[in-house]
Amino acid sequence: MAKLTELQQAAAAKIIERFPQVKAKEFRGDTTLTVAPEDLTAVMTFAKHTCGFDMLVCVSSVDHLGEEPRYETNYTITQAETGANLLVRCPVAGPAPAVPSMVPVWRSANWLEREQFDLMGIEFTGHPDLRRIMMWEGYPYNPLRKDFPVAGKEFEQAGMAFTEVAPTEGGPFTTRPGATAGSREPGPRA
Amino acid sequence: MASEDQQTIEQNYMCDPDADGGFVYTTVEAAINWMQKYSLWPMPMGTSCCAIEYMAAACSRYDISRFGAEVNRYAPRQADFMFICGTITYKMAMLVRRIWDQMPEPKWCIACGACACTGGMFRSYSVLQGVDKIVPVDVYISGCPPRPEALLQGLITLQDKIMATNHPLKDFFKEHSLREAPNAGTIRASIAVDGVSD
Repeated sequence: MAKLTELQQAAAAKIIERFPQVKAKEFRGDTTLTVAPEDLTAVMTFAKHTCGFDMLVCVSSVDHLGEEPRYETNYTITQAETGANLLVRCPVAGPAPAVPSMVPVWRSANWLEREQFDLMGIEFTGHPDLRRIMMWEGYPYNPLRKDFPVAGKEFEQAGMAFTEVAPTEGGPFTTRPGATAGSREPGPRA
Repeated sequence: MASEDQQTIEQNYMCDPDADGGFVYTTVEAAINWMQKYSLWPMPMGTSCCAIEYMAAACSRYDISRFGAEVNRYAPRQADFMFICGTITYKMAMLVRRIWDQMPEPKWCIACGACACTGGMFRSYSVLQGVDKIVPVDVYISGCPPRPEALLQGLITLQDKIMATNHPLKDFFKEHSLREAPNAGTIRASIAVDGVSD
């Protein structure tokens, strides 16, 4: 385990030596790099080709509503041989957030970035096929943004699809606490 | 409700013990309903864990073929009823409706489990809050997921409903008396003449 931490620290130090503007933070043995969007492609290319991070495991994003910069994208990259991870976060300002696409570096970024584009509304410039992946083409919202209600919004696409606001309580099938599994089973109640 | 209708239907047909080939007299309605009841071909619309229960109900331990519904048809044009087992998202809703439209009449629908009935625990932006918003549902099965016995009970409930179906033909002849053919008088006269000669 200690060896893994050392590997990660060494890799982070190597990246910071080459890009002094990158900031590193360590938490419980995991190193997180904060990279500006304009440096992202250069840093990631360096991480892949020089530091051996040959696998992009995850692309996610965060909406810090009420803060600036509002959004950030997160990347988890791995050295497949050693198992060392590096977390990269890239703060990006709204209201139309855009970061460079990582598809030219790792092909696995394709669907992962489409998911963030769909649900968080972040544009990945240079992405070869930036379409929605979870919701259908024509759905107007980005449901994982903080200002989108959990219950959803009403929307009608004539002849194609519709959405409604989901009720957040009540309904015919409810569970209630009980001693036995049978009494906890959801079922019709008056 | 079902048992009462069952009784009237049973009174409507009888077996003639004296007949040579063993005839059964019945109403067309009772015969059609009985045939439809025991040859229901399901279109299993399995989208999540209720489909696992459906698989259990279809396999040998619970054996849905005892009720004549074992011939799964993944082609909607060959199916009689749709077993909606699982969560239907708004994105899937378009496809469910399209498959339903492709099924030929007469057709029925069973909503199986909490998600298909009401959206279940998924009170969220992406999940359809009950398939009855897009297709007419005949039987609702509660449970999350329902046990295979509950699925079979749902199927039996649907069979009872089919047995109680009134066909339009019956009401038509109740309301309209039979019309006579233009040459009915001639035919009747010839029969009467034959009767006299005998």
